[in-house]
Amino acid sequence: MRRLNDMPVVDALRVVADLCCDGQIVVTNQGSARIWPKLRRRPLDFHYNPSTMSGAIPLALGLALAQPRREVVAVSGDGSLLMSLGSLVTVVGSGVTNLTIVLLDNGLYEVTGGQETPAARSPVDYAGLARATGFPSTAEFHDLVEWQSHASDVLVLPGPRFVRLVVSAAPPDYLTGSTPPLAEQLAGLRLALGER
Amino acid sequence: MFTGHEIESVFAELGITHVVWIPDTSIGPWEAALAGSSRLRLIRVCREGEAWPLAAGLHLGGQSPLVVMQTTGLFESGDALRNVLFDLKLPIYSLIGVRNWLVPQSRDTAKLFAEPILNAWGLDCQWIADPADKPKLAEHYRRCRAAGIPGVALMAEGAP
Repeated sequence: MRRLNDMPVVDALRVVADLCCDGQIVVTNQGSARIWPKLRRRPLDFHYNPSTMSGAIPLALGLALAQPRREVVAVSGDGSLLMSLGSLVTVVGSGVTNLTIVLLDNGLYEVTGGQETPAARSPVDYAGLARATGFPSTAEFHDLVEWQSHASDVLVLPGPRFVRLVVSAAPPDYLTGSTPPLAEQLAGLRLALGER
Repeated sequence: MFTGHEIESVFAELGITHVVWIPDTSIGPWEAALAGSSRLRLIRVCREGEAWPLAAGLHLGGQSPLVVMQTTGLFESGDALRNVLFDLKLPIYSLIGVRNWLVPQSRDTAKLFAEPILNAWGLDCQWIADPADKPKLAEHYRRCRAAGIPGVALMAEGAP
């Protein structure tokens, strides 16, 4: 279902990718895990695929708690978030401040062929939900130019941060590509984090 | 079985840095000791399916997490467990409270299905069924760590 004023998802994600700094960890999932590697590749970008749906935010939270001097970005789809809305409460309850959740809201289960989520025809206020759970910084963008203009300010607000981007479905050629092999990614991430 | 202070000491001496949990009536009394610990951190999740990927992130970030939940939560979080332990192949250790295990006449399905399901996954399990088994928790954890494999301590519980 196409919504009014939604923005192209690839362009919306490119804004995040362009603003990422060197030490930042980025966790993508589902559709974004297929798009992001086409935009940029570096060891601290972890494309969580195969994953468990709704797992990207908890995994990113674990990384943020383990690496408090690094900023962590979790890119989640709305279908995944709907499977575990409580994870927003877990994030706030953990006391973490170095985490940003970027929600790509297209109302679809995209990687399974674009079926509607239960929220596709409902005006779910995801940023409002995040605010109600205690996120100190929330924002919402429907328009690409607006997002491009404000992203650099939004992504440095006090954390944890929640940004809802109302996006279009991904172009099919972005969804057919595979993500880098998991074992290769894990080895690269561990090496980049200088841990085990 | 364990008091809060006993279990906090066991976890801390094992080098566990974070306990990711949802408590039940047997495990819940540990909360004050775990939350008050200066040697580890208690992380509360809203649903057990969050616990496994959260522990995975901690592990990848260089920490030593432990997942603690009841059998009911184990069932709920099966896909997350599968992904973290088998797709990501991370050696996350967990402690699972088995509700009603100590009640012989109980037909609680949360008790009946626990061990068969863990066996189906091929996970290395250790029962902590009476006070004499307490040392087995640390022994099993160390064995699993040395082998680089996930492990599960099954803690026998009474009625909720």
